[in-house]
Amino acid sequence: MQIILNGEPRDLKGALSVEGLLSQLGLEGRKVAVERNLEIVPHSAYQDVMLEEGDRIEIVHFVGGG
Amino acid sequence: MALSDTQLERYARHIVLKEIGGPGQQKLLGARVLVIGAGGLGSPALLYLAAAGAGTLGIIDDDKVSLSNLQRQIIHDTDHLDAAKTQSAAAAIARLNPDVKVELHEERLTAQNALEIISRYDIVADGCDNFATRFLVSDACFLARRPLVSAAVGPFEGQLATFKPYEKDEEGTPLPTYRCLVPEAPAPGSIPTCESAGVLGALTGVMGSLQALEVIKEITGAGESLTGKLLIYDALDTRFRTIKLKRDPANPLNGENASITDLSHHA
Repeated sequence: MQIILNGEPRDLKGALSVEGLLSQLGLEGRKVAVERNLEIVPHSAYQDVMLEEGDRIEIVHFVGGG
Repeated sequence: MALSDTQLERYARHIVLKEIGGPGQQKLLGARVLVIGAGGLGSPALLYLAAAGAGTLGIIDDDKVSLSNLQRQIIHDTDHLDAAKTQSAAAAIARLNPDVKVELHEERLTAQNALEIISRYDIVADGCDNFATRFLVSDACFLARRPLVSAAVGPFEGQLATFKPYEKDEEGTPLPTYRCLVPEAPAPGSIPTCESAGVLGALTGVMGSLQALEVIKEITGAGESLTGKLLIYDALDTRFRTIKLKRDPANPLNGENASITDLSHHA
């Protein structure tokens, strides 16, 4: 299965949830949001939302400066 | 209240816009806007809101102007080094537009004063520099039922969203809160601040101007609100994108089992 991650194609082996993707990427859920097909995935749904072929995923890093 | 001749001339380029016009300009002149932080974002936001004739601008900041602020905080200047940012901003606004009344809050927003201060305004623009205050502002705006236009920057990236979590979308689902984007404050130090990581000055100009623009849209009703959306600007790639942000039903502010009813958890 192939997804587009941050604009680059990426091959995934087998089924993977958003939470699984974050853990593969070594990213902490407290520091990023996940955008899937132009929509932020609710944090509470990370385990349930399974990635699908062709999904466009962007990692949105939180910023808090002003 | 009718516009005076000088107001008709000062705001002529707004009045000619059918989306704003005389009625929109009158709404701006009657509006009370609270700007949290007179820093990188607050500087352009305050200047554009003042120029637009937003009638009363509340400014909350407890900091003083330092030399390293002036690379981006364009409401302040070299003559105001060491002055309170509230006073420095008020002086710039007075030079720009005498129609605008300023209310200065030279203090930090706290769990004790947040609701009382925010309730005195129609709309809030948050451009503060830390996550703890962002959560406080967001929760207080929900409890006080005030729209919040929230902007934030990293070194080369800006994010902007409008929150009205006390309202519902067309399908009857409550609109999202800041907590639907950032579920909990990142551990202190885990995300670099402008002080530690730097920030491109003009980026804060872009984001603070967009923030002022969204405030003006909320006040006048022009165009489409940014509620339920998140705008992201990547300055290095010169890329803007607007993505959907829905309510997370698990969020504790307006979720299905909401537990936050006051600001005591911020104390």
